[in-house]
Amino acid sequence: MPLDRRIAYIDLTTGSIETKPIPLEVRKKFLGGRGLDAYLLYNHTKKGCDPLAPDNTLMISGGILTATCASATARTHIMAKSPLTGLLGSSNMGGFFAPELAWAGFHHLVIKGKAKSPVYLFIHNGDIEIRDASNIWGKTVTETQWTIREELGDEEVKACVIGPAGENLVRFANVMTGIKNSAGRTGMGCVMGSKNLKAVAARGTMDIKIAHPVEALDYNKRFIDQIVSAKVNQTQGTLGTPFIWGATNSWGGIRCRNFQYNQCEYADDIEPERIDEIAEQTIGPYHMTGCFGCQVHCRAQYRIPDGPYAGAYDEGPEYTSQGAFGGETDTPRATTVLTGNHLVDQYGMDNLETGSIISWAMELYELGILTTKQTDGLDLRWGNDEAVLEMIHRICHRKGWLGDTLADGGIPASKKIGKKSFEYLIQVKGMNNLHSDERATPALALNVATASRGSDHLRSRPAIDLYHLPEEVLRKIYGSPIPYDGPLSSEHTAYEGKPWQVFWQENCYMAVDCLGICKYHTTFLGATLPNFEDWTKVLYYNSGLELSPAEIWEVAFRCNTIERLFNLREGLQREDLEKGDMLNHRYFDEPTRRGAPDVVGMTIDREKFRKMVDEFYGYKGLDENGVPKPETLEKLGLDNEPSHLL
Amino acid sequence: MEPVGKVLVINYEKCTGCRLCEVVCAVQHDGVSNPARSRIKIMKWEAEGLYIPMSCQQCQDAPCMNVCPVKALSRDEELSRVVLDYDKCIGCRSCVVVCPFGAMSFNTIDKKVFKCDVCDGDPQCVRFCEVKAVDYVDASDVSILKKREAATRLSVAGKEAAALLVEA
Repeated sequence: MPLDRRIAYIDLTTGSIETKPIPLEVRKKFLGGRGLDAYLLYNHTKKGCDPLAPDNTLMISGGILTATCASATARTHIMAKSPLTGLLGSSNMGGFFAPELAWAGFHHLVIKGKAKSPVYLFIHNGDIEIRDASNIWGKTVTETQWTIREELGDEEVKACVIGPAGENLVRFANVMTGIKNSAGRTGMGCVMGSKNLKAVAARGTMDIKIAHPVEALDYNKRFIDQIVSAKVNQTQGTLGTPFIWGATNSWGGIRCRNFQYNQCEYADDIEPERIDEIAEQTIGPYHMTGCFGCQVHCRAQYRIPDGPYAGAYDEGPEYTSQGAFGGETDTPRATTVLTGNHLVDQYGMDNLETGSIISWAMELYELGILTTKQTDGLDLRWGNDEAVLEMIHRICHRKGWLGDTLADGGIPASKKIGKKSFEYLIQVKGMNNLHSDERATPALALNVATASRGSDHLRSRPAIDLYHLPEEVLRKIYGSPIPYDGPLSSEHTAYEGKPWQVFWQENCYMAVDCLGICKYHTTFLGATLPNFEDWTKVLYYNSGLELSPAEIWEVAFRCNTIERLFNLREGLQREDLEKGDMLNHRYFDEPTRRGAPDVVGMTIDREKFRKMVDEFYGYKGLDENGVPKPETLEKLGLDNEPSHLL
Repeated sequence: MEPVGKVLVINYEKCTGCRLCEVVCAVQHDGVSNPARSRIKIMKWEAEGLYIPMSCQQCQDAPCMNVCPVKALSRDEELSRVVLDYDKCIGCRSCVVVCPFGAMSFNTIDKKVFKCDVCDGDPQCVRFCEVKAVDYVDASDVSILKKREAATRLSVAGKEAAALLVEA
């Protein structure tokens, strides 16, 4: 049964390993994946702990449905206190690791301490072994995985690993599996590096009993039909996520030259069709691949067509790499995007944070805040492809003054650079924004401002807000499982009704993260995709656990609240520019310069934004300072945290 | 007429490597999710992005059938497959050794050999493969489909060659 997968506690300082079953009462309250990880983080880290010290706790998990025959249950979740933000560190990736971990007997790993020398974990059919990693330390993401397989003599081993960036304690180093699946945000690879933990490898052949196999198969078939019938997924399956960047750029919703423009001009060479053409030319007609058990297959395969890395195989690029190494830096050239993507994949570094921080440095260079002396002679002007790629190398290896400075993340770098550099840093809670510009879309602005892990689109973004759906369709989606009869607006420039949409999406995304399902299989980009009602059935047929849609909603609400409690404990304050639910002043003060008629000339209205936050806090049961009210905690059964149930 | 003589056809180029076939195969046969129990298996070369589904070819002159000392394996012409009779099987694993495709597997949990039985005519791997990397088609259609694909490639190549001549 999915419910019989265990939790393991591993202390790298002492070498002690303990495993336990996960009690049913804990499952019912937190399900698994990100939600249960949040509970574990709140219970196992001390207030104010140094994120790079041995007492920071690292959680690696699969969702409650991971490796069942529910579709796309591929997600691996990683959590710790973030070395980038000092707040919640949390990141999630696809691939094949979490299912292998589940077949090896585990859903959750809690890793504490610090190994004396580099190690990796090998988890095999209920056993956990701490192994020497001295011969793989220094290796890239893929070399590490292939070497571990060779060493263990098993090609089926799956591993999540760090690359050189994690070893060098780049604060936004990621954890990766396969060629490009990345738990990219909030620097979880840096935490692994600080623990001398190079990799976690898994191999399992243990049965996961399906509670109702015939129904589970039949329902999954229905589920898949629903998923593949969505036009958005059909497009993802042919053009991959680059189509999102292309579509968003067309109306003016992406960042260009840090935050100067909201549209990248002359971008033909990185449009989705062009990327697709390169994939077709270098791989062949069937160049899309995907994660475990997924029919969307949104990931392209490619070889770099030219330049110094010509011929190198990689996967993607995701829209994030298009934005990071094409749009933001104003280098809209396919070779630059594909090479940049390849470098961060090999180094194990978050593409979003890397591109964003480089474009910030480029703006500072343009303004004269950064000097040629500080860039060690590198000409960081807009559109300099070679400089962008060179900065990726320098950040990973902390080479030169600027490379080393940027590797510490935006806010620490802004303190070192000084002058007015902080004012140009597009971040929330210390994490840089992805490549999108939310000045024309209040719902999306509220989402990035209040997301639990800092500026981010995958925590609560009502992306379907951009589709101008008729109000009755919005009511159908946002009116269940909890009744809602307040305002809802089809206009993406409106402020009315948006706080509820963000609140609803926050619970929706938390629920999928607890189940272990990919967000492309829920109400993220497609309005017709499964959500709460469907999950009750998938959960019941596969695990036997019977929860109503409203109960799954409540689990998500509870898990989001415990993430909030963690952030508050670490110093979150509502309007704090470094640790709050607050946007950079440029959102309010600098109007957008490009884009569609209803997008150009837009800013976020400061007063209306404040009201949106008030309303959003109200739905979340928080007071005006963003602190959960006692009755909220009581209702969710969180009035006694930390409760140390696990 | 009831269609008979269908065979599994694998087009590895189309495989995205998702491995859902492995899971549904095990759930269908054993009620559990566990690729180690799957009759179909995706072999991967991840560094090159190559994924190849491997399964029983239901050979006419099957080495497993020939080597079996107790005649536990036999042809079932109605479903065009090689079937395994567990009442006769002694678990000697000779069939595992001789199968040129590695399609005969040994389950270390139940201590039994196992092979693809095309789910008695409704193969679940095919049911769940949206990209049709695994398909179940009438045996007589297979070669004509392959001929058409090959001919398409030739005609494209011919046109490209002609275009090159014009350019030259």
